[in-house]
Amino acid sequence: MTNRLLIVMPDLHDILFRSLADPTRRAIFERLCREGEQTVGALTAQAGVSQPAVSKHLGVLKQAGLVRDRHEGRQTHYSAQLGALAPLIDWTSQMAGFWQSRFDDLEDLLKRMDQ
Amino acid sequence: MNEMSTEMLSIVVEREVPFSPEKIWRALTQPHLIEEWLMKNDFKPVVGHGFNLRADWGAVDCQVLAVEWNKTLSYTWAAYGLESVVTWTLTPTPTGTHLRMEQSGFRPDQQQYYEGAKGGWQRFFANLEQVLARTD
Repeated sequence: MTNRLLIVMPDLHDILFRSLADPTRRAIFERLCREGEQTVGALTAQAGVSQPAVSKHLGVLKQAGLVRDRHEGRQTHYSAQLGALAPLIDWTSQMAGFWQSRFDDLEDLLKRMDQ
Repeated sequence: MNEMSTEMLSIVVEREVPFSPEKIWRALTQPHLIEEWLMKNDFKPVVGHGFNLRADWGAVDCQVLAVEWNKTLSYTWAAYGLESVVTWTLTPTPTGTHLRMEQSGFRPDQQQYYEGAKGGWQRFFANLEQVLARTD
């Protein structure tokens, strides 16, 4: 019974949800989705936080596979990797599967229970 | 049945169950019975009560939001960085009960329950859907 959540919520989801749970970080990611590739400087200009903070957020996003960096001269360009969002989209169907099996166990219990 | 609407992330599971709402209510609200079909817990059917659902892999943090005896039960469900609300609805039928479970992400009218956790998931998923629509 308890193993089921392990299957539906592997570490990958944990990393992805945590990466996108921070509003500033999510805003950076959304901007890359919306406007395409950006330099750290360009992102900092609109992020409302310092460049080191933006770099740190980008590092977390990169670790989650949500962004890719490309070095060109002294500049680093970041772009969104939409494929990394697939597990998030799978989440609804996986959680629905989790609840279906909980319903099965609940029905089994109801059959065993006294009136 | 599940859907990703522009408003929120939402999962709905519904089932016709050949048992009375009163009996199902017991299974949904008594800790030793909850443990049988969900997880170990310290649940109490009291609005505002904070509880955990525990398994060997970790825990889900919950707080009771609404209790309407034999009809509705609602609690927050926070795990893996995603805040959501689980709502059970029991409707009597001629042969038993229509049991409905909805798990949904943040809604603006529920933000009062999440101090300091104004996650903006709703906006994020709305944006995500737009982004994905464009990348086909």
